[in-house]
Amino acid sequence: MSKRSNWSIPYVVFLVLFVVLPLVLVLLYAFQDGMGHFTFKNIGKFFTDRDALSTFAVSVEVALENTAICILLGYPAAWILSNKKYNRSAVTIILFIMPMWINALMRTLATAQLFTMLGITLGKGTLLFGMVYDYLPFMIYPIYNVLNKMDKSYAEAAVDLGATPWKAFWKVTVPLSMPGVMSGVLMVFMPTVSTFAISEFLTNNKIKLFGTIIQENINSSSWNYGAALAFIMLIIIGITSLFQKDKDQAEGALI
Amino acid sequence: MMKKVFAKVYIWILLVILYAPLVFIAACSFTESKVLGSWSGFSVKLYRNLLTGNMPGEASLISAVNNTLLIALAAAVLSTLLGTIAAIGIYNLKGRYRKAVIFTNNIPMINPDIITGVSLFLLFVFLHISQGYLTVILAHVTFGTPYVVLSVMPRLQQMNPNIYEAALDLGATPGQALRKVLIPELRPGMVSGFILAFTMSLDDFAVTFFTRGTIGLDTLSTYIYTDARKGGLTPELRPLMTLIFLIILVLLIIINVRKEKQAKKLQYIQK
Amino acid sequence: MAEKIIEFKHVSKSFDGKNVLNDINLYVNKGEFLTLLGPSGCGKTTMLRMIAGFLEPDEGELLLDGKPLVGIPPHERPLNTVFQRYALFPHLDVYDNIAFGLKLKKVPQDEIDKRVRRVLKLVAMSDYEDRDVDTLSGGQQQRIAIARAIVNQPKVLLLDEPLAALDLKMRKDMQIELKEMHKKLGITFIYVTHDQEEALTLSDTIVVLNEGKIQQIGTPTDIYNEPVNCFVADFIGESNILKGRMTGKRRVAFIKHEFDCVDDFDLDEKVDVVVRPEDIYFTTDPAKCQFKAKVNTCTFKGVHYEMWVDTDTGYELMIQDYDPYPVGTEVMLYIDPDDIQVMKKERTCNTLHGTVKDAETVTLLDADFPLPNEFEAGTKVKVEIPFEAIDLMDNLDDGFLDGEVHSILYMGNHYHLTVKTEDGDFLWVDTNDIWDKGDLVGIRFKAGEGIKITKEDE
Repeated sequence: MSKRSNWSIPYVVFLVLFVVLPLVLVLLYAFQDGMGHFTFKNIGKFFTDRDALSTFAVSVEVALENTAICILLGYPAAWILSNKKYNRSAVTIILFIMPMWINALMRTLATAQLFTMLGITLGKGTLLFGMVYDYLPFMIYPIYNVLNKMDKSYAEAAVDLGATPWKAFWKVTVPLSMPGVMSGVLMVFMPTVSTFAISEFLTNNKIKLFGTIIQENINSSSWNYGAALAFIMLIIIGITSLFQKDKDQAEGALI
Repeated sequence: MMKKVFAKVYIWILLVILYAPLVFIAACSFTESKVLGSWSGFSVKLYRNLLTGNMPGEASLISAVNNTLLIALAAAVLSTLLGTIAAIGIYNLKGRYRKAVIFTNNIPMINPDIITGVSLFLLFVFLHISQGYLTVILAHVTFGTPYVVLSVMPRLQQMNPNIYEAALDLGATPGQALRKVLIPELRPGMVSGFILAFTMSLDDFAVTFFTRGTIGLDTLSTYIYTDARKGGLTPELRPLMTLIFLIILVLLIIINVRKEKQAKKLQYIQK
Repeated sequence: MAEKIIEFKHVSKSFDGKNVLNDINLYVNKGEFLTLLGPSGCGKTTMLRMIAGFLEPDEGELLLDGKPLVGIPPHERPLNTVFQRYALFPHLDVYDNIAFGLKLKKVPQDEIDKRVRRVLKLVAMSDYEDRDVDTLSGGQQQRIAIARAIVNQPKVLLLDEPLAALDLKMRKDMQIELKEMHKKLGITFIYVTHDQEEALTLSDTIVVLNEGKIQQIGTPTDIYNEPVNCFVADFIGESNILKGRMTGKRRVAFIKHEFDCVDDFDLDEKVDVVVRPEDIYFTTDPAKCQFKAKVNTCTFKGVHYEMWVDTDTGYELMIQDYDPYPVGTEVMLYIDPDDIQVMKKERTCNTLHGTVKDAETVTLLDADFPLPNEFEAGTKVKVEIPFEAIDLMDNLDDGFLDGEVHSILYMGNHYHLTVKTEDGDFLWVDTNDIWDKGDLVGIRFKAGEGIKITKEDE
């Protein structure tokens, strides 16, 4: 049986080649100039380029707003769906999950087209709306999963000890559902910062997000600068993942 | 009962907003008008065009759809094979090495797809591999395999560890024990892993975008992207989207109904 | 003349540096029901897995029918195992589970049918052929696991605590069924359990194990009536275990009285004495009375009454009798010589080997203890420490070495504890303090209380 640990070797090789090495390359390109010399120039360029910085700020701002709105709208929805008093149909849940499985680009395009037909000009408002629309199911599903699997006795115990249902909800149910919320945030915040096609469609190219400038740079062969920007995004990912105490739990809410 | 009404209304409002664009597209799929939103009379011509491949000047849509399915299938099969073997191996690892491998496995799931796309792009440039089908499939395997590992591992952990030994004890060689006992135990995990990898592949845009090179390889996502940038939306996309929407809806309903049936059956017998 | 079907010859095994089996020598007769009995961690499951082929001995030989088993993988051994948690294949139904081994051997289909049905009848589960295994109860799963093993007609059936996960009533019923199965099938059963009652019920031969060593081998009556040491006496059934001393030919003194007995040891030799609670009798005849006592507690146990008495000499004894005696009564008691089991003491004190650090300190078990001595620094010494000369402290900092209470033996007027140090060394301590198994203690020696330090001969 112990020899079966050797079975992991092909995958480890694969991971090194296709996950570790590419990230190392991002690092290398980020800190090199076109001639292969080590430099901080690319990072410096980002911090001095006002456009880049403002795009970054806008992206983070939109991501935070999107995440917040998704939680505000999604949590109640998840709670209602998981509460047998209000919802006994499995079909309703499927209806919420289904959009997740349809190609994101398709959905975004459909939304943009609908706005155009309704005469709403594309801009920040539509961008935010489109983002929430795109990512809401990703917030609802993990929270729903956690709430559904949660032992009802916790809330009952709180009420038994004298808490009003409202208090029981805030002091017991919400804290215990945090892994689901964290999982939702994981699936919403970073992807929002890093999208590129979606923001183009929803704002008719008026607003650029961080993902877009990365894409533009790579496409125009300024790989070093593009890599530097990607590197900055990796830093943010690292920071946000520190806020995640138990990643396994969050992933469990996914599957 | 006000709460109940309030709750229902809330849910329905959300659902309406969620589905409005999709219903809109579905509605517009039944008209020939080239401009989205204007109704030029009921017609199924777009459906006919799509299904017969008769799309003047837009034939590449069909090839994009074919590519998408082909790549998703290839990537899902490879991911499932690689991921299952990996899960068995990782399950038997211990200590810090195991944690490191699991962490690395999770990276493609945590990274935004643009990072995965850009990093793999740089990899293929660095290794001088020309980009095309091969690189896209490899890229999809990269982000699909972690999902397979994540689906198979719980099965390994829940499994009675004595089962493999019991097979040996009853006369099976290690190879037979693997095939006749271990794999069947893992099969549900392998299946859900396959479905996840397949779906992730179908859905992907950013990674494909960066790893498809310049040979004109298009998946559905990249096709839509280029199409939308050009300004119009190919009319045949409307029936395509509608059909995909319906297929997924039906599949999800079937799966959930089956799950409920099985749960009921188990309850009945255990009584 | 019974043939030996399995033999262990000087078998040892270690895991991660820890010695799990130590020089095991054992043979199993063909057709017998042999039980490996002992507390968890004693090595019994390790022995079973070695026979099955999932482990290899580090040293020594393991033979089947006289031929060595080394290197033969489990699937080539004509043995089958019944696992503790059944290990039925969840994806196969009952029939396919049982037929698994037969299909691998390419037995023809009609023969498989016959044998599967026959064995299902044997375990009384004939109607369950097509059932999914996850719809079966624990007891039913256990029977299918047994059926799956015996349908292959193995030479030896290995059972690894198969009844441990069942409730009491189910366990007792299955024990009877297993015994009958053994009689009917005639194959050798090797059974592992920590439940001594189960072992006594089922076995032809019991092998008592502790800490990787065989303590005693014998029939259930032998083991029960004539345990050879404290461990066996304490592990099997209820006992009164007391310190004693031989005072003459077949005369032993314990609880400060003298008794006739049937074992003989050297005069004045320190011994351990075992008397079963059911072997202490009440009498109203002063001529028969050997000692007096006062009843302390009396509890109804269904089959009998269990009473604790304080003897006139300050010892506590447990007595089981069909009649109760009220608390506070003064009673007269006697014990038959046959019922007094005298055992050789395994040790009379702790014997440690260490080095002198200075005139006030000796290093033992990697710790420095304050022991005044007259040797030069660096001398290798043998230190004999009586059981009463060890102090156990609640506060680990008050001791010079950390240990954990490993087992507790009540000896009538004091406790005889086995304490295990961090490094796995054992110390034996006599104390009147009440400790629990698993308590962490600080160890100190009471200098002067009979501690003997002698120079180690090279």
